[in-house]
Amino acid sequence: MMSTATSAAPPKRTPSGLSVNPIWAFLTYAGLALFDALGIVFIIGFFTDDNLAMAAVFTIIVIGVNIITFIPSLYPLRWMVPGLGLVTLLVIYPILYTLTTSLTNYSDGHLLTKQQAVILLRKQKYIPPDAANYKWDAYQLESGTDYALWLSRDVNGTAEVEFAPQGQPITKVDNPPTDAPASYNGYRKLESKERAKLLTTNPIFGVGDDTAQISSRSNAARPLSPRFNYDAATDILTNAETGDLYRADDKQGAFVNAKTNEVLAPGYRVVIGLGNFSRLINDPGLRGPLIEIFTWTVTFALFSVFTTFSLGLFMAMVLNDPGIVGRKIIRSLLIIPYAIPGVIGIMVWRGMLNQNLGIITNTIANSFGVRIPWFTDATWAKVAILLVNLWLGYPYMMLICSGALQAIPADVYEAAAVDGANPRQRFWQITLPLLLVTMGPLLIASFVFNFNNYLIIELLNSGNPPMPNTPTPAGYTDILISYTYRLAFGSNRGADYGYASAITIIIFLIVAAVTMFQYRLTRRWEEVGENV
Amino acid sequence: MSKKKEGPHVESRMVVASRDKTIGLVVRYTIIGLALIFALFPVLFIFSSAFNPTGQLSTQSLIPRGVDSVDKLFTNFRALMVDDLAVYPFWNWIGNSFFVATISTTLTVLITALSAYSFSRFRFWGRRSMLLGILLIQVFPNILALVSLFLILQDIGRLADAIPQAIPALSFINWHWLDRFSLDSLGGVILLYMAGAMGINTWLMKGFFDTIPREIDESATVDGATHWQTFWMLIFPLVRPILAVVGILAFVGTFNEFILARTILRDKNNWTLMVGLFNFINSDFNRDWGKFAAGALISGTPVVILYLLLQDQIVGGLTSGAVKG
Repeated sequence: MMSTATSAAPPKRTPSGLSVNPIWAFLTYAGLALFDALGIVFIIGFFTDDNLAMAAVFTIIVIGVNIITFIPSLYPLRWMVPGLGLVTLLVIYPILYTLTTSLTNYSDGHLLTKQQAVILLRKQKYIPPDAANYKWDAYQLESGTDYALWLSRDVNGTAEVEFAPQGQPITKVDNPPTDAPASYNGYRKLESKERAKLLTTNPIFGVGDDTAQISSRSNAARPLSPRFNYDAATDILTNAETGDLYRADDKQGAFVNAKTNEVLAPGYRVVIGLGNFSRLINDPGLRGPLIEIFTWTVTFALFSVFTTFSLGLFMAMVLNDPGIVGRKIIRSLLIIPYAIPGVIGIMVWRGMLNQNLGIITNTIANSFGVRIPWFTDATWAKVAILLVNLWLGYPYMMLICSGALQAIPADVYEAAAVDGANPRQRFWQITLPLLLVTMGPLLIASFVFNFNNYLIIELLNSGNPPMPNTPTPAGYTDILISYTYRLAFGSNRGADYGYASAITIIIFLIVAAVTMFQYRLTRRWEEVGENV
Repeated sequence: MSKKKEGPHVESRMVVASRDKTIGLVVRYTIIGLALIFALFPVLFIFSSAFNPTGQLSTQSLIPRGVDSVDKLFTNFRALMVDDLAVYPFWNWIGNSFFVATISTTLTVLITALSAYSFSRFRFWGRRSMLLGILLIQVFPNILALVSLFLILQDIGRLADAIPQAIPALSFINWHWLDRFSLDSLGGVILLYMAGAMGINTWLMKGFFDTIPREIDESATVDGATHWQTFWMLIFPLVRPILAVVGILAFVGTFNEFILARTILRDKNNWTLMVGLFNFINSDFNRDWGKFAAGALISGTPVVILYLLLQDQIVGGLTSGAVKG
């Protein structure tokens, strides 16, 4: 992105240095110093927070801004500094983030790093068979609900006593009294009858590796040990109770029992390369809905462009006749749907089409005796979406078509009239081809927009009705982007960011290809090569 | 449409032609009538729902029933704007929406005007790739980027604690000003809007700058003006009308934005109008219909009027490549 400038312009416009005006120079460098200071503070803050990615992004931004300021040949980029900074942080970094996520197994059950997963697994405790037995008395915080235990046992004739509060370190009690005191360190001793609640919750006392629990079998308190021991050298977790070995499987991102293939939860995040991409090609359960959704996405986008363009062009041609009274007012009324905020328009349609209460559904039911299932039947749901999208989109097409119609020179039509062309021929052979030349790029842009038109799909019907028996939630009116959203944020069947990111990348490739095509088309048609 | 027979009797031809013309007009006005019904039915429905005192979706009809006094006509408006403010801070939503849209539009227009001027006036290595890059970045499906955008704002918020911890010497500053750019903050939403709108607006404005003859710049340079002076004193005033159009489009776009705002803003006092209206209606579609319609009417009307007044300029802006978002 950053580049050395070669000035193709006349020598007069070589970069004028900051030295021209000392006040400007001072302001620039003072501003830069302030920016650098703040940037460095941020970077240090991110490092402290163990957030290397954000530290890296801010480092790149700070270094980039300094390079641009100090190298005179980068003068043109100086104008873009605020924009470049924002775009780097909030556009490019998220894209790279999505790209890297698509190569990992990041999902529910694989949210942690390996290190975090080991720490979490090591928190699982058990009571080893050779653990000592303690007699215990129960305590509770006088101002609070936390419990504590007064643990005592006999070691070679002397009483050894420890005090074990919940969530705090266990401490040794020096020179203990013979009997447990009525209160200790802000805790009060519980009567026997008050212990029932404690026994039903059976909490763990102490913190870290030094913990204890009341054994339900022997009714004695016994120290706990971590269930798993981790050996970093061999990368194996050993279950101390059963002796089972769980080897780290870095392909799968989990610890797996070599004999039984049992997988420990939670797993951890690993790079699985193109695994997500091959999954969506090879896994029939995923492929099935994906093909259906992809087909509908393309159909939806094409149909939306086609219907909005057709109605828009039609109305533009109807209103193009100067003989129509009140053209300006009619045109203004017809573009109102476009001016209404999309959220409001869609929600109003959702209300009007409501199965039981909607005014349109009710009117049709009263007149024709049919209650149309706008939201529950796959076909009708698609019709509803196309209808609402037509309402939202045709005014835009109408506005642009009327501009384009007026731009077609009248003498073209006169020449056609001389040649004896009838209205139909004039439309198909003059109007439409000429319109498509100017409208082509806009139609493609509209296709791209609808390809990712999450708003209407989500707000009107949330992709419903649902497809039966899919491994991940999918609906008959889901387009790729809403399906992906559900994969990433859908809570009921587990979020799968890795797979969702992979689909995002595929959507991006499709849309980018279409956009490239549009870009070339625009350049060829408008011959703006000189300026672009 | 077969008026092909070229008869010798001019009079009868004229009769046929005028009858055809009448039929044509009738057909045209019928079409226009149907189109108006399609376009305006939902609008009428909003109106009638807003003024219908029963307030439920199930009891709606195009002509409000049970209106026996002017007072009753405004039942929904009164609930929305006075009575239910503790449940739905409607005025907050309006304030938030205007605040977010105004600030982000102003900053976007200024920042993109600078970039666009540079793209329009300087020739430098990598310029074309950058322009194409901007275009491609713009079509990246940013729904998924929501995860990372969410995390970025969260990370910024965490700095408020991390910085004083890392550099105790700086703990005299209250770093919690960063919370204003974190999750559940209007500042965070503004940052995201600015970054998101950067690409398309840069293209749009570059197109406008290109239409201003470069001779203007060159003569200024000959007179010893710096680029900055040329930009600020010559070019900027020239493009001001166009900047206004871009600004209006950006303002309406941000004012109507929903998905990002819903993801970032949690507390109902921080919601923008669109998020508020949506949540309103989404929890119980039937019950709050009337109040939703009243809110929709209030928030939709200014935008509609703006569009109708400026439709020609807006079309000019739109055809330069923007699609409603």
